[in-house]
Amino acid sequence: MEKIVVENFSLTYSDGAESLQNINLKINEHTITALIGPAGGGKSTFLRAMNRLNDLADVAALSGHLYINGQDVLDPKTNVIQLRRTVGIVFARPLPLPLTIYENVSFGLQAAGERRKAVLDEAVERALRQAQLWDEVYDRLGDSAFAISGGQQQRLCIARVLALQPEIILLDEPTSALDPISTAKIETSLLELKEKYTIVIAPHNIQQAARIADDVAFFLQGEVVEFAPAEKIFTTPKDRRTLDYVQGRFG
Amino acid sequence: MESKHPLEFLITWFIRLTGYSSIFFVVLILFFLVSEGLPALSEVSLDTLFSTRWYPIESYYGILPLILGSLVVTIGAMLIAVPFGIGTAVYLSEVARPMVREILKPLVEILAGLPSVMLGFLGIQVVSPFLREFLDLPTGLTAFAGSLLLGGIAIPTIVSIAEDAMNNVPQSYRQGALALGATRWQTMWGVTFPAARSGIITAIMLGLGRAIGETMTVMMVTGNAPIMPNSIRALFMPIRTMTATIASEMGEVAAGSIHYHVLFFIGIVLFLLALIVNITASWVSMRKQTHKERVLS
Repeated sequence: MEKIVVENFSLTYSDGAESLQNINLKINEHTITALIGPAGGGKSTFLRAMNRLNDLADVAALSGHLYINGQDVLDPKTNVIQLRRTVGIVFARPLPLPLTIYENVSFGLQAAGERRKAVLDEAVERALRQAQLWDEVYDRLGDSAFAISGGQQQRLCIARVLALQPEIILLDEPTSALDPISTAKIETSLLELKEKYTIVIAPHNIQQAARIADDVAFFLQGEVVEFAPAEKIFTTPKDRRTLDYVQGRFG
Repeated sequence: MESKHPLEFLITWFIRLTGYSSIFFVVLILFFLVSEGLPALSEVSLDTLFSTRWYPIESYYGILPLILGSLVVTIGAMLIAVPFGIGTAVYLSEVARPMVREILKPLVEILAGLPSVMLGFLGIQVVSPFLREFLDLPTGLTAFAGSLLLGGIAIPTIVSIAEDAMNNVPQSYRQGALALGATRWQTMWGVTFPAARSGIITAIMLGLGRAIGETMTVMMVTGNAPIMPNSIRALFMPIRTMTATIASEMGEVAAGSIHYHVLFFIGIVLFLLALIVNITASWVSMRKQTHKERVLS
């Protein structure tokens, strides 16, 4: 089933730089889609457009459609708060909020108005387990989120998104600041999470895309050069530029 | 610390000397204050000192009305300055568009540098006549007028420092909170504010320090009558603060007299109050931070 449908989507920043041109994608439910390509290709911009975080940036012009569950999120009437609860995002650097571990995970639910302690407790534990962090922090949930390691902080950031039980999880190079062991843990949990969620990730490198992605979109200078199942992109891409990129000739 | 190079050695000692000298001067001031003020305790009985009548010519040295006078004016000032100051800081850092902030912030900071005698002048000419007519008082030179103006003096300090503190909260915190579906208000209240807490408390304490120590303005607008403030109505009556007493009487007193010593004793009390404010400030801003957190962040 198609979860995200992007039609002729273009975005221009107010400094004149056109960041995305005419993007067309169809992303299926319960898959991991990797957005690959060299830096500056528009991957982050595209991810942020999906939950309207680019509202905070200087965006001059938007056109096209970006349907999530059949609804165009670019529509000015979209309830942005609700959208961000449905479409969670994890950033490149682990950025916990300056609160305790528990409060970081429960923050989104509390912002949504949940007050019942039992519900919060349960959601925090479930989210931390899904992010494979529970065993490491269950005895110090009241500690500051800055007291745990970088890899743990990043899993905490995943957990706080999961606590909201979103439908889609966006990850913008979530492992770029992490060591290989933490990276492996996060990849393992992503493979489990795709049973329940739809995941769109800008991976840290091509190998990561090869390890976890079902579909791959190759972004180059604001355009999607090729969008296909992962094995096809990595073995028999249609476009010459895709082949060059996955074989490491540039990027 | 063994340095073979003579210049290195010289510079190290010079810097060390400047560092020690500032401590030395503070200790010297404290010593002077204590040595001139403490004799008051043996010359005047404690009962007299903490009585309610200040009339030095007839040997009534009760400093209670002065202490309370200072407290009333200062508390009144903070009740005005804290909400307005923090509100303005929040507006500048979270709500105002960058252009508006670029214009307003320097203006507020200029306000902080306004000489207090100017505000006192404004108080005498504008604020107190207005209060007298508006509230139908016998005189407009009251504790309330002092509070209003002192509040005005403390506001720019509070705004400037609190705004800096909130501005220094990383943008990523706000983005992280917004990305979790928090509203702007929830982000501000739940994330930005706690993150800037120690800076905001520092801002309030510096404002408070500014208000307690302020002399010229209160001397001009509070009427300078050492009346014991013992009810809410005292807010709308003339009052006298510790600072104004020292400033107005020190020039006429005979050096070494009882009166002279008592004035210095008031200085000690003022110093202790300021010390309490500072200690409370650092205690509050350090409170919830564990050692681990301070090392890691």
